[in-house]
Amino acid sequence: MDKDDTLKDAARAAESAQTMTGAQMVIRALKDQGVTHIFGYPGGAVLPIYDALFQVEGITHVLVRHEQGAVHAAEGYARSTGKPGVVLVTSGPGATNAVTGLTDALMDSIPLVVLTGQVPTHLIGTDAFQECDTVGITRPCTKNNWLVKHIGDLSRVLHEAFEIATTGRPGPVLVDIPKDVQFQSGSYLGPQSVHHRTYRPKTDPDLSSIVKAVEMMAAAKKPLFYTGGGIINSGPEASALLRELVDLTGFPVTSTLMGLGAFPASRPEWLGMLGMHGTWEANHAMHDCDVMICLGARFDDRCTGKVSSFSPKSKKIHLDIDASQINKIVRVDLPIVADATKALREMIRFWKSQKHKVQGAALKEWWAQIDQWRTKQSLSYRNSDSIIKPQYAIDRLYEATRHRSDVFVTTEVGQHQMWAAQRFHFNEPNHWMTSGGLGTMGYGLPAAVGVQIAHPDALVIDIAGEASVQMTMQEMSTAIQYDLPIKIFILNNEYMGMVRQWQEILHGKRYSHSYSEALPDFVKMADAFGCVGLRADKPSELDGKIQEMLDVKRPVLFDVRVDPTENCYPMIPSGAAHNEMLLSPDDGGEISDAGKMLV
Amino acid sequence: MHDTKIKQAGENERHTLTVLVDNEAGVLARVVGLFSGRGYNIESLTVAEVDPMARTSRITIVTSGTPEVIEQIESQLRRLVPTHAVTNWTSAKAGIEREMALIKVAGTGEKRVEALRMADAFRARPVDTTHASFVFEITGAPAKIDSFIELMRPLGLVDVSRTGVAAISRGPEAM
Repeated sequence: MDKDDTLKDAARAAESAQTMTGAQMVIRALKDQGVTHIFGYPGGAVLPIYDALFQVEGITHVLVRHEQGAVHAAEGYARSTGKPGVVLVTSGPGATNAVTGLTDALMDSIPLVVLTGQVPTHLIGTDAFQECDTVGITRPCTKNNWLVKHIGDLSRVLHEAFEIATTGRPGPVLVDIPKDVQFQSGSYLGPQSVHHRTYRPKTDPDLSSIVKAVEMMAAAKKPLFYTGGGIINSGPEASALLRELVDLTGFPVTSTLMGLGAFPASRPEWLGMLGMHGTWEANHAMHDCDVMICLGARFDDRCTGKVSSFSPKSKKIHLDIDASQINKIVRVDLPIVADATKALREMIRFWKSQKHKVQGAALKEWWAQIDQWRTKQSLSYRNSDSIIKPQYAIDRLYEATRHRSDVFVTTEVGQHQMWAAQRFHFNEPNHWMTSGGLGTMGYGLPAAVGVQIAHPDALVIDIAGEASVQMTMQEMSTAIQYDLPIKIFILNNEYMGMVRQWQEILHGKRYSHSYSEALPDFVKMADAFGCVGLRADKPSELDGKIQEMLDVKRPVLFDVRVDPTENCYPMIPSGAAHNEMLLSPDDGGEISDAGKMLV
Repeated sequence: MHDTKIKQAGENERHTLTVLVDNEAGVLARVVGLFSGRGYNIESLTVAEVDPMARTSRITIVTSGTPEVIEQIESQLRRLVPTHAVTNWTSAKAGIEREMALIKVAGTGEKRVEALRMADAFRARPVDTTHASFVFEITGAPAKIDSFIELMRPLGLVDVSRTGVAAISRGPEAM
């Protein structure tokens, strides 16, 4: 019996009962899980699923140009909507190409369900064509994964996959489905009949910890909220509750890279991002605070700097949904393992019901100190009227778009990413998509594709570097195919800028292989892809070209030629503490040997 | 560009942990991969299905690290999706730890007699005997097996096979 007959037979059977082929189960499970978009690339081992997809309505498949692009696009989709991103790729190279995206999503807690085809079960282990040990390779870069060898397990595993990806600390999961299982017929179970045997994430806070937390907050003289991606992952309500808690307390707020947008950058309590390229006021407040309220952040090394000198005088409250983050890097005084929305709701409830008041006079002094730090103007830079400074380019882009509420920004990784984080201000969650934990160059362009798919009328900008963007440039073709008017705003400094900056500071200005030789002409490249190419060489051209980019309803590659030697400041050099920041190249700064060893 | 461990604070301690997991494909690789991926030590590892009806396996791991690292290991193990329960027999709960070993000693004359005498004192049982060798079976706490092996070394020790530690709680309750 050939596969068409098998599929037709199974389709007939499915009409009368809940019996269907494995391939049909996959599509049915996606529909039952509310999936409307999937990102993928076909190949031999997933053809039955693609065939089932061909015959179904209500699921839009986005054909990417490389499987890494599919996963990043799904990440952009997930992060901008709060829904899981779904990926469908083939066995072997399809699966291995997805690994970078899976690792990226694991590091940044992005819910993804990745479906991979596998060679038929009787060929597993024989080095068959396009075979690889997908579950072995992806075990350390997924929250969980499964190889489904029996049709009877398939629908259960698919629903468990969605449950695990989206609940608790979100993350990517992978289901590997051998081709024979896709053809076999079996009974389909709906999502409501599936409950995982062991997986029970703890999301309700322990109320006695909440009581202690609000007492510590009420007694604080120099408090600080340190918020992270967990607030965003918990859903928009967590961001709203954070604002309410700040309304009640008037405490200052800083955030990690992943948490930008959870608290409005336009509010006076906002200190800017903290960490290696954070603001002077955020890092000094972190160093000097007496009560730190860490909400959904994980004390990443980019945030803490030298751990032994990190916020030495503070009592620390740490809210995280993942118990393994507690005391991992920094010992904390009060852990709260819970979902951020639930915990914040209880904190507000107890703050109000116990009629807590802040230490008014002390808080006033604390704010006076913070205002004094602010006078450093740590994000300032020397502008030029002959050459475009990258900071200026981002400022102008922000000015040209700040009146809109539907602006989504993705980034690649490097200097441009940090400048974007410092200077492009966000007032709402889910509008900032960046590769924080893994630092994946090439993330931004495909992520923009995913965001634009989810928000067809929004303004989606990838703030890019010329080196990063070449890693996944082929996805421009996807943007053209699906009419996605994404704007690729390339800060082209002809260098892997952050590598160059480190070589300047740490390696005696020996710029080993960090110059972007043989760069393509991005305008001609845009032309070849069939999108719009723009270039700006002088500051005077910038505003006009930005407007041109925004006005055109097509994908744009905008080559902004910026100062190749500009470095990203402020900076905490490796191995230094928060109060040992460099504000400009003039600060010099000795890097310790231990610091040089750090990444 | 490499990483530098930030964790080390206290002294290294040896801990025995038991992880009860779903007996599903790849679960042992998941647990072992967690240890190798995060740079934790495994000194011994014992694993077998313990309840075929419930399809659960029990993995007992002897590991070492600072108290901070041990705490991380426990919470990382709890985070694995197929994990039912994690118990630390060294810090949390009174348990009994036992290990079995098969120890081969070759020799003749006085050394052979001495080996047999020592084995008797350790309640190790010969399970294979030739004119030139013994295989002893010994059960006990790992330290007891360590000292027996040291005693056998000058008497013609040629091979050692150890099972790793199995652990269970004292009293009427399960883990």
